Amino acid sequence: MIETIATAALAVNENLNIQKRRIENGRSKKRLSLVTGTHGDELEGQYLAYIVGSYLDEHIDCLDGIVDIYPALNPMGIDSITRGVPMFDLDMNRVFPGSKDGTMIEMLCSMIVDDISGSDVCVDVHSSNIFLKEIPQIRMSVPTAPALLPYAKMMNVDFIWIHDAATVLESTLAHTLNTRGTKTLVVEMGVGMRITKEYCKQLFGGIFNLLKELGMWSGETTPVREPIVSEGREVGFVNSDAAGIFVPCVSFGETVEKGDHIGDVVDPLSSKTVEKVDAVCDGMIFTLREYPVVYGGSLLARILQPASGGAEK
Amino acid sequence: MKKKVLYSLRSPYREQLDVIGFRFGHGKKSAAIVGAMRGNEVQQMYVCSRMVQELKKLEAKGLITEDHEIMVIPCINYYSMNIGKRFWAMDNTDINRMFPGYWQGETTQRIADGVFSKIQGYEYGIQLASFYQQGNFLPHVKMMDTGFASPELMKDFGLQFGIIRKPRPYDTTTLNYNWQVWETKAFSVYANATDVIDENAADEAVYAILRFLDKQGIISANTPPGYITKLIAESKTKQLRSEAAGVFKSRIEIGKRVERGDILGTISDPFDGETVSEIRSTVSGTVYFEYFAPLINSNTVCFKIIK
Repeated sequence: MIETIATAALAVNENLNIQKRRIENGRSKKRLSLVTGTHGDELEGQYLAYIVGSYLDEHIDCLDGIVDIYPALNPMGIDSITRGVPMFDLDMNRVFPGSKDGTMIEMLCSMIVDDISGSDVCVDVHSSNIFLKEIPQIRMSVPTAPALLPYAKMMNVDFIWIHDAATVLESTLAHTLNTRGTKTLVVEMGVGMRITKEYCKQLFGGIFNLLKELGMWSGETTPVREPIVSEGREVGFVNSDAAGIFVPCVSFGETVEKGDHIGDVVDPLSSKTVEKVDAVCDGMIFTLREYPVVYGGSLLARILQPASGGAEK
Repeated sequence: MKKKVLYSLRSPYREQLDVIGFRFGHGKKSAAIVGAMRGNEVQQMYVCSRMVQELKKLEAKGLITEDHEIMVIPCINYYSMNIGKRFWAMDNTDINRMFPGYWQGETTQRIADGVFSKIQGYEYGIQLASFYQQGNFLPHVKMMDTGFASPELMKDFGLQFGIIRKPRPYDTTTLNYNWQVWETKAFSVYANATDVIDENAADEAVYAILRFLDKQGIISANTPPGYITKLIAESKTKQLRSEAAGVFKSRIEIGKRVERGDILGTISDPFDGETVSEIRSTVSGTVYFEYFAPLINSNTVCFKIIK
């Protein structure tokens, strides 16, 4: 069943509609919400929504409960290849929890929160942006980790990043839902404006495993991988200091040692290498720049340090 | 006056970005004034350029008080201004959501850090601010209620209204908020327009800033008399939102007093011209914001009224 959960009239003969598809079977009222498309340039979740929904359709007898799929919280953004909400250039994920009496976006955000609240688990799928590629990972703040970590481990991701809480992130959908008692896992994977089928299929396995663990799925599942958890590890950030074109010489997911050459920033006009980029620490490259043009400060890579000295080979 | 490059950033394809500051007087860091951080903040840059003119004249006459220094930064993000974008040209991030900045961070964090390090430590900070929606504001001053500075200080601008805003989580990375965290008494001055120049509002903003600096003893300036500022919490102002979408027409000017039930604007169907909504005031008061665009979506703030 497809429902419009929030709507607002646009100026000329059109409504902005946020829709979900409810798939339900059996007696259980347990509910999993799969949410994506908050940022219009993040498309990995679109394919994931499709494969999860179609597999459930084909094996509906194995479902005992409710799966709500929200493929596009920011439909205008996806439709116009705009990260934020196009009419306002606002990052939708800085407007939650919204307000019933607020502006159009605040009202829509409020309706979204009301609709998802009460789910047993919500999976909020993001895919980095056009600049960076990420391995499938779940991110959570330190205060939410005790409640979320057991569920995150069920999700077949490679990495769980537990980061410090930041006040500005209190405006996100995940923070709002977690504050209201709906366990919400934020997935980051792949790269903006693209679909990485391999990652979508990996997370697909995680979602069905989660459904099984929640007692909502009696069908087949595949074993999930043991994620690396960032607890007790540091993350090294590699930022460009020069402006130019970044050309990496390592592969995404590769393990490096501090000082290893991982790429160059080159100047196409002078044909000079303007910066030799080295690893800032030992560890695994879990984020790598995808978009080549860089300024001073552009993030080139993130490296997850091993738990206790030395690179993990 | 000394014109200085406060921060520079190299671009792969453009001339280097140089953030320029104009320094007047010398001695104690008394006031920093910041204009455009977004590419559409033309009025904000213009007001600062007018301040540079005024302060030059005052300095030439010896009317900047001994042991006081004033810094004016008309525009931080002219890269975006020159190509018609609002946020940072490369990655669409907002410099005014990156404070206090981080020198080893991403590009706009580095810009924020580079600028903030030069405007920290001033006793007063004044930002020429804009609103994310198209619209006109009655010139007013706003400050975030962090408990650091007294809202009473806003009265020294002599603008009609001083508005006190409770900070929200997304405000914590703005210049205004971080100025206060680092013990600068910070104010946002709204000079009506954003992407066009409104001379009258610019005059009012320039006089207000001069008036404020004069009251703090930083300069000696003759300005037209100001208002007795009414201080009000933002939560006490009334926002009127559109209940329909279509072609918007305002029937009122900002600054006008309205009574409850007055029609402030209409929305008509964009195809057949039928009126689909009348926007009536639900309170009596003064209109200090009006939406300004021919088309309007539903639930859009179209008027703000100070009761």
